[in-house]
Amino acid sequence: MVVIDLFLSRYVYLMIVVLLAIGIYGMLGKRNLLKKLIGMNIFQTAIFLFFIEGATKTGGSVPVIDETLGMDAAKYINPLPHVLILTGIVVGLSLTGVALAFLLRIYHAYKTLDDKAIMANMKESSE
Amino acid sequence: MSSVSILILAPLLLFCFISTLVGIWRLRWAYATAAIGMALALVAAGVGLSRVLVDGELRYFLGGWPPPFGIEYVLDHLSVFMVIIIVFIGFIAVIYPPEAGLYHTPRRGIPVYGLLLLLVGGLVGVVITGDLFNLFVFLEIYSLASYALITLGGDRAVVASFRYLILGTIAGSFYLLGVGFIYFSTGTLNMADAAGLLLPLYGSPTIMAAVTLIVVGMGIKLALFPLHVWLPDAHSYAPPVVAAILAAIQIEVAAYVIVRFMLTIFQPQYFIETLPVTTIIGWVAAAGVIFGSVMAIAQKDFKRMLAYSTVAQVAYVGLGIGLANPLGLIGALLHILNHAFMKSCLFLVAGGIRHQTGLHAIPQFAGLGRKMPLMMGAFTVAALSMVGIPPTAGFFSKWYLVLGGIEANNWVFVAVILASSLLTAVYFFRMIEKLFTTPPESSPEVEQAKEPSSRILTPIITLAAGIIVLGLINALIVSYILQPVAALLP
Repeated sequence: MVVIDLFLSRYVYLMIVVLLAIGIYGMLGKRNLLKKLIGMNIFQTAIFLFFIEGATKTGGSVPVIDETLGMDAAKYINPLPHVLILTGIVVGLSLTGVALAFLLRIYHAYKTLDDKAIMANMKESSE
Repeated sequence: MSSVSILILAPLLLFCFISTLVGIWRLRWAYATAAIGMALALVAAGVGLSRVLVDGELRYFLGGWPPPFGIEYVLDHLSVFMVIIIVFIGFIAVIYPPEAGLYHTPRRGIPVYGLLLLLVGGLVGVVITGDLFNLFVFLEIYSLASYALITLGGDRAVVASFRYLILGTIAGSFYLLGVGFIYFSTGTLNMADAAGLLLPLYGSPTIMAAVTLIVVGMGIKLALFPLHVWLPDAHSYAPPVVAAILAAIQIEVAAYVIVRFMLTIFQPQYFIETLPVTTIIGWVAAAGVIFGSVMAIAQKDFKRMLAYSTVAQVAYVGLGIGLANPLGLIGALLHILNHAFMKSCLFLVAGGIRHQTGLHAIPQFAGLGRKMPLMMGAFTVAALSMVGIPPTAGFFSKWYLVLGGIEANNWVFVAVILASSLLTAVYFFRMIEKLFTTPPESSPEVEQAKEPSSRILTPIITLAAGIIVLGLINALIVSYILQPVAALLP
């Protein structure tokens, strides 16, 4: 029963680890550059979820001081990880934007997004 | 509380906007405003250095919020040392003319100088911040700016930059995950505050995982062998000025982050004994020194040779951290400074040769030494310093590293440092011989080659003179700036 309890209380972290693994596989295992980018997004989202999950409290209230709840910090959800992840999302968005611009230029230059084909093309033109 | 630290960062970020905006109208103004911004930051960094030498640590609370609630900026001996290097190399890079540094003058409205200021501003931010999450934000700011700047090198550079973007994001995400572990264990993001709260948690596996994630992430950013795979392409396809900044200061900032975590956020003993971090970094770096030097010998393209040489030279920094004694750390930090001058000088020379003759492969350089004596003289100074010949600066950092190796009784590292000096001598003396003694082949490029204009020569000669000066004053730098940092080690 202990194992099941542990699983029920921690299953979100397990999901996050699975998402991280999918992301790493996408970035390093896939040949298509767009799929690498999708892997990168999954990887970052998993980290965002990790922060959000860390801030969760069962029964916690919105972090605005409520007269009925008083000043007890344990009764409110921790707002700081949410704020950090808001910044993290902005960073992730700008990275995705820059990466998509690169992919457009790569596609115009090489007419493909396949890693191996681009490598072959680069080698050919350097000889 | 002192506002010097924010005054170094503010002109860089402010003139990033100004330079971009006036660049839409006139390119020349973008160039001039960028130089003004860098010069202001350099002055502020100089003031910061003089204040730190007298008063010690300077702290600034952003927005007046005291730590641990607000973000603080800390200027101590280690960070002011890095700031001076970063801003000085940034200034030299900005005054180097774009037609040589970026292959061609960028079109009006393309915010090249804004991005250069953003890159340098991000690097300065990483170095002066006292907040773990703020460090991540600056890390991504400078990374984004460098991804964009690398693509100025053409189609191949875009592919190289995309790969660097993927690996750089993995590195940044690892760091963020590590910071998440530290935050959920201690409840703070302030470095000084975390240092105290982490003490009772040293046995916790969460903290060990956090340190592993952060060190691996920074190892990717530092291009520590075998995580260097992105570096040779990105640095050799990037335009010379961008490559100079990337190789000279951008990757070394990752070494700073590792040293910062080792010395002030954790107790050094934690990295040395509890977790074998320094041992692993040291041995991996020793392999990287040999690998980078051997690969550099095999290259024909000048900039690609320099890129592999960077893999070897940053590994020296890793080696010094791996020795984990004061002399080794002094050697590592001094090598960051010396390598910044040497490598940026060499990349700017590569840009100068390409601008004057259009050549980039070493076998075609025969006879160029007599056609451009001043630029090739500066190249020779930088090359001798890379090999480590006194009185150039490069000798002294290797000297401290060897002393550190002897003190640690680690004769393998001593042998690696000496062997790689010989390997470095192989690839640079081969080139010096080509430049000065090989009779020129009758190629029109070499025959028509002549000394570049003073706008190209000034930054190169300044850096070459700097290499000699740093060699002469290295005892001052070590005793006033680096000794207090190294004193934190047992």
